[in-house]
Amino acid sequence: MTNHSPVRIAIASGKGGTGKTTLATNLAAYIAEQEEVVLVDLDVEEPNSGLFFKGELIYEEPNFKMIPQWDEPKCTFCGLCQKVCNFHAVLQLGPTILVFPELCHSCYTCSELCPTEALPMISKRTGKLSNFRINNLHFVESRLDVGEEQAVPTISKTKQYSNENYAHLRIEIDDCPPGTSCPVIEATKNADFVILITEPTPFGLHDLTLAVETMRALKRPMGVVVNRYGIGNDDVIRYCQKENIPILAKIPNSRKIAELYSSGKLIYQEIPEVKELLSTILDYCLKASKGGIA
Amino acid sequence: MKIAFTAKGTAWDSMMDPRFGRTMFIVVYDEQSETFSSFDNSVVENEAHGAGTATAQKIFELSPDVLITGNGPGSHAAQALKQINIRIFTEAHNMTIKQAFEKFKNGELKEI
Repeated sequence: MTNHSPVRIAIASGKGGTGKTTLATNLAAYIAEQEEVVLVDLDVEEPNSGLFFKGELIYEEPNFKMIPQWDEPKCTFCGLCQKVCNFHAVLQLGPTILVFPELCHSCYTCSELCPTEALPMISKRTGKLSNFRINNLHFVESRLDVGEEQAVPTISKTKQYSNENYAHLRIEIDDCPPGTSCPVIEATKNADFVILITEPTPFGLHDLTLAVETMRALKRPMGVVVNRYGIGNDDVIRYCQKENIPILAKIPNSRKIAELYSSGKLIYQEIPEVKELLSTILDYCLKASKGGIA
Repeated sequence: MKIAFTAKGTAWDSMMDPRFGRTMFIVVYDEQSETFSSFDNSVVENEAHGAGTATAQKIFELSPDVLITGNGPGSHAAQALKQINIRIFTEAHNMTIKQAFEKFKNGELKEI
């Protein structure tokens, strides 16, 4: 390969609980049977890919963000900080300045514009990044501390960590957050291919539609995996056909799969049919993403 | 005594707005002068974040003695309101401002 970054396959969904982690963990483990691969859990609000691997912790570091800290003696109570904060993270209530660290987006505006330098920026811990190794599988996750509200800076930093450490690998699998809001955008915006996993129900279809619109706005190549195929109805299939979105695989609804997942096991190792589906999905993603063909 | 209500309108028989941060209006009744004033809070609709602290700031500027609302302020707004000398009563849902005022007078609202 001539380019020096992995093909990034992002696994996202509109609706939560449709199988992002199932697919991400199984796909990554399947690839790791042949070559080194990195799996990154970007669902930093509730990372769960790590539940499926017992690996060796090889690196850990805290995640930080910068926030202003009020230096009371320097303050002249001019009110500028409150006025310029777009996020209402700095309030002036009479002779007190209150900073709300969870609301702060680390834009530095209040700090830079304060005429008396009464709001210097300091770092605040927001969570931790961990890197595990399980033979060929490198696993990176970030976990927000309880009470932290902003996933985006942590997702961005986690991506950067993976870029810096795993540029030599051929494939990266990203387990993304659900929904269509800022964390999903951050997680998928540079992906080479996005797999949207859904279930064939009205809820699944509704949220899939939103996710498809989001990925179109981001101009990401994408495909759909239908999970729990057999329940619900055919509306998801019809929607994908109408919108010309490839359906990469249909994972059957099966009690066995649910049991394996809930006991923390990888599915493809026990169900050959799923292994074949993974192979089909991977082939498609690599062909469809830029630079994916070695 | 000045009493602030989170409301969906600006008259005595307007419904209370159970939300604090994203309330449509803040209505202030001044018992002494028996006058009503209101503040249109619809600007917070454009705010993705920080609606609670923005509304707490407004409450601070309006400086009522009592705040009557529905669900109650969230943790950030509550932290801001703590800086102000104000009593906060909640659970005034599904009723008009007038009914909320009467319940407050009868001591039937929950103070936080």
